[in-house]
Amino acid sequence: MSEPLLEVSDLQVYFPVYGKGLVPRHINDVKAVDGVTFQVGRGETLGLVGESGCGKTTTGLAVLRLIEPTGGSVVFDGVDLSTLDKRDLRLLRKRMALIFQDPYASLDPRMSIGAIVGEPLEIHRLTQTRADRDDRVGELLELVGLSPDYRNRYPHEFSGGQRQRVGIARALATEPDFIVCDEPIAALDVSIQAGIMNLLEDLQDELGLTYIFIAHDLSAVQHFSDRIAVMYLGRVVEVADRVALYETPQHPYTAALLSAVPVPNPAVQRTRQRIILEGDVPSPLNPPSGCSFHQRCPKAFEPCPHVDPALRTTKRDHDVACHLHDPALSGAAGA
Amino acid sequence: MTVAPSTPMERLPEKPVSRSREIWQTLIANRLAVAGLVVLALLVLMAVLAEVIAPFGINDIDIPNRLTGPSMSHWFGTDDLGRDVLSRVIIASRVSLQVGFIAVGFALAFGVPIGLVAGYYRGKTDSILMRLMDILFSFPAILLAIAILAVLGPGIRNAMVAIGLVYTPIFARITRGSVIVVSEEVYIRAARSLGARDGRIIFRHILPNVLAPIIVQTTLSLAFAILSEAALSFLGLGVQPPNPAWGRMLAEGRNFFQQAPWMGIFPGVAILVTVMSFNFVGDGLRDALDPKQKSVIESRGQSV
Repeated sequence: MSEPLLEVSDLQVYFPVYGKGLVPRHINDVKAVDGVTFQVGRGETLGLVGESGCGKTTTGLAVLRLIEPTGGSVVFDGVDLSTLDKRDLRLLRKRMALIFQDPYASLDPRMSIGAIVGEPLEIHRLTQTRADRDDRVGELLELVGLSPDYRNRYPHEFSGGQRQRVGIARALATEPDFIVCDEPIAALDVSIQAGIMNLLEDLQDELGLTYIFIAHDLSAVQHFSDRIAVMYLGRVVEVADRVALYETPQHPYTAALLSAVPVPNPAVQRTRQRIILEGDVPSPLNPPSGCSFHQRCPKAFEPCPHVDPALRTTKRDHDVACHLHDPALSGAAGA
Repeated sequence: MTVAPSTPMERLPEKPVSRSREIWQTLIANRLAVAGLVVLALLVLMAVLAEVIAPFGINDIDIPNRLTGPSMSHWFGTDDLGRDVLSRVIIASRVSLQVGFIAVGFALAFGVPIGLVAGYYRGKTDSILMRLMDILFSFPAILLAIAILAVLGPGIRNAMVAIGLVYTPIFARITRGSVIVVSEEVYIRAARSLGARDGRIIFRHILPNVLAPIIVQTTLSLAFAILSEAALSFLGLGVQPPNPAWGRMLAEGRNFFQQAPWMGIFPGVAILVTVMSFNFVGDGLRDALDPKQKSVIESRGQSV
């Protein structure tokens, strides 16, 4: 990994739950993100995968401080975001952007495409005159493969893929270094997905962008990411180089996720072994003791229900939070 | 700097569907709304040209011809002092519309910002502002207006303030409700992620998206404000004699109802027509701007 642009350590986002009554009492917390640690190198793409509700979107928003983290730190290019006041944070937003999952909801229906893409320029006063702004908006639309003539059209006139391109143009307007892509292709038709993926890839090559790419579709992430972090119930259970993760997954959850990805070869698909997990994801309101995965884990053994496994480095650039890979315990696992 | 030909440009249909045109067409299709619009246009024209149109002066007293019925010279008859009722009804339209617009303008100017702030910031700000609005709202409208006029003293200017104050909480509530819904939209989060200030988010993104219910409420409130002004003038708290106002003329006509029913009927009809027109336009606008409301009305129609 190159020099980190973003360092996230022990990030926590808790949503308080209040009781009913005239004076609501704080009962409990939903631990949406519970101690997430990772780094993203400059120009690198970190894939963040996990099933619905595992906290990957919340992590993405908390990294940008669009949701206030409950604890932990996010250091962006040497600056700890939690120390910034409202004004400095707003100025720094020029260097960070977000691309949304739902291109139908992320564009203001009352604003023209030109106004939407031009808004970040206006906010950060990046262009002096109206004509400058129009030029730059045209440039940005062209950059994402749209005609500059569309600037006076409104979002409802566009298809999902076109809207997503508008969203990407808006994100690029301030020439950010870092973009969080929150499932940017999940809401699109399959035929459009490849186009958006290629666009994001080309833009990264051309502009040297750093991405956090959030997805629940492992195959998309595999294709796109340099490194991948697998999340389960608000935690990162495994982080590794994409090749290492796919070829030698260490965490049983990662292995189960990978076995669910269809293989484009019927012969292999028919004969290969699938790992079917039992039960549902536990509630983040009341997570299980010890390892939060132990109730569904096919390889759970003695320490799992009692001791919470820490994320530790097992190989070069390969971290995993599992007792199976703890050298002190591996004898007991019989693995 | 263009990127790879791997991202082909998708074509758009040449003619965009304009939303405002769509709204206009829905409104035009509603006959009652069109009738209301036409009547309102005539009313405004009449109010603007009142002095030119009115055949007599409002205070031309003509005792020998007092309490005469409608005739060619006095279409709406004359009152107990021989004044021409038609001229007085025409001139009074000015007061009614003026009070209606200014009072509702006042309510908009205070209610909408209160609703925007309360709905956007939530929490304590919201609680304090909205409880204040609840206090205002808990009084019957006319009673509150009378109480305010009792403090400020009667007169047309104070009547406008009183009516405006009474209608402020309605706008605050309607705005707040819509703001809470719109604040949760992804495009608001998008604006925040770009580094937009609260002011920009509220005025550029939230306000345009909550405008529809406010416009509808404005039209409907105009009707009620005019009705309130008539009620206050009827009670002698609004326009002071000898200036004419529909409510005041209704009150005066009451004393002569047996001998000269035209004294009360014509101002009464003027109030009715004005209020109904605003209501029809308001209903039509609501149907055109807010499809969700429409479905409620339709389903109600079906269940009956």
